[in-house]
Amino acid sequence: MQFIETAWGIFTKYSILFFSGVKITLLLAITGTVFGLMIGLVVGAIRAISLEPRSSKFSRICKKVIDWVLTVYIEFFRGTPMMVQSFFMYYGLKSIGLNWTPIVAGIVIISINTGAYMAEIVRSGIQAVDKGQTEGARSVGMSHLQTMFYIIIPQAIRNSFPSIINEFIVNIKDSSVLNVIAVNDLYFQGSSVAGSVFKYTETFFVVAMIYLCLTYPTSKILGYIEKRMANTTGKVGA
Amino acid sequence: MGHLIDIQHLKKHFGKLAVLNDVEFHLDKGEVVTIIGSSGSGKSTLLRCINLLEMPDAGAIYYEGKDVLQGEIDVNQHRTHIGMVFQNFNLFNNKNVIENCMIGQMKVLKRSKKEAEEKALFYLDKVGMKDFAYAGSMQLSGGQKQRVAIARALCMDPKVLLFDEPTSALDPEMVGDVLNVMKDLAKEGLTMIVVTHEMQFAKEVSTRVVFMEQGVIAEQGTSEEIFGNPKTESLQRFLSRYRNQQN
Ligand SMILES: Nc1ncnc2c1ncn2[C@@H]1O[C@H](COP(=O)(O)OP(=O)(O)OP(=O)(O)O)[C@@H](O)[C@H]1O
Ligand SMILES: [Mg+2]
Repeated sequence: MQFIETAWGIFTKYSILFFSGVKITLLLAITGTVFGLMIGLVVGAIRAISLEPRSSKFSRICKKVIDWVLTVYIEFFRGTPMMVQSFFMYYGLKSIGLNWTPIVAGIVIISINTGAYMAEIVRSGIQAVDKGQTEGARSVGMSHLQTMFYIIIPQAIRNSFPSIINEFIVNIKDSSVLNVIAVNDLYFQGSSVAGSVFKYTETFFVVAMIYLCLTYPTSKILGYIEKRMANTTGKVGA
Repeated sequence: MGHLIDIQHLKKHFGKLAVLNDVEFHLDKGEVVTIIGSSGSGKSTLLRCINLLEMPDAGAIYYEGKDVLQGEIDVNQHRTHIGMVFQNFNLFNNKNVIENCMIGQMKVLKRSKKEAEEKALFYLDKVGMKDFAYAGSMQLSGGQKQRVAIARALCMDPKVLLFDEPTSALDPEMVGDVLNVMKDLAKEGLTMIVVTHEMQFAKEVSTRVVFMEQGVIAEQGTSEEIFGNPKTESLQRFLSRYRNQQN
């Protein structure tokens, strides 16, 4: 009980700091997920292009090169810790003269990182769309881009909706590593509060509870939507 | 000369498998050609080459005198002239019935929303699906889906409509509805190529029947000639297998 009271005391006393941290954390998670999804859609759609048999040798080579670059991007950002990426990009770009604030850097880094994951999510979402959808669209004369944009991608997003929301939950939590470049998110504020009251356990208990308040409702809502989607597709499959 | 579609020496391989072996075929305006033949004889592939869903390896396809394979035409434009109805319908799952019929009109033919809507309703009415215009496309039965797919194709005002076994994926009680729609279209003079296993339908509507065997057109003629007096042995065998199945 003593523990809870102390924690509650810390929470009320420093609530302004915690809430400013929450704001930054949500800012990072939301922008990271939205921009990441945009990057993922573009990258995933490009990777999913299969060239028409009629297309020229030049466009084939272009496609190969672009695919290779995108693969490097995806593998690099999925295969290294975001903390390392943060150091590398923030200080690396600073050293060549880009004078950016930690928060801008944080948004850029989390977006690019999320984009790499989203690209794979989008690609498997696209692959899960029945080939007949493409044929139906092409048969009425829609171009590759129109087919992607109006028919395939909407279905791919629907297919991968749970994974997309899951990325948002991951971002709420993993944005905490951006404190290494002094982004003042919830974790960052928590550590400075802990440092000044010298009660690490209680303070980080508060921080953990706040994170849980952010992630738990999101995953509940996701579960509800998933169930509804399963019901509708279930009907269709019959 | 002057055929609507003229196919010469068409060849297509899938890997080592030669699926089309020097196919010669032509189609004139107003014809209703049915293509019959055993499974794997290349019927679908021929159809899919005509609207370039498959790319032939050799030969030529002329549409209104223009060589389709030599980049004289725009592929997407070409496909608006040649509609296609698939065995598995391929309705857009993310669109409702009327949107399925409108999107091609608006995005490809650049028609206004109002015009596209009017046309969609007209053809949905024609196939008996007007009452379902605002239903989700995934809630329909197979026969309903196929009728919407026909309306979707008609909305593009195609010069030719290709059907690839349009009733093969349907429950038997739905087949009649779809065939009736197709018979009406044939009566109105729409140019059609229909790959089908429905021999009765082929007999009734065809101006010409084409029998494919092992990647070539083995025999063709009027339905009386093909069904009444088959010349090649392979066609005789094919038809007798059919009669046996019926009994
Ligand atoms: N994309 C493809 N890749 C490889 N092989 C293919 C492909 N499409 C068709 N084939 C093969 O080509 C042959 C002819 O196929 P096609 O679909 O044209 O036959 P079909 O006459 O339409 O037969 P069915 O009556 O079964 O529909 C078949 O053996 C088939 O397995
Ligand atoms: Mg076939």
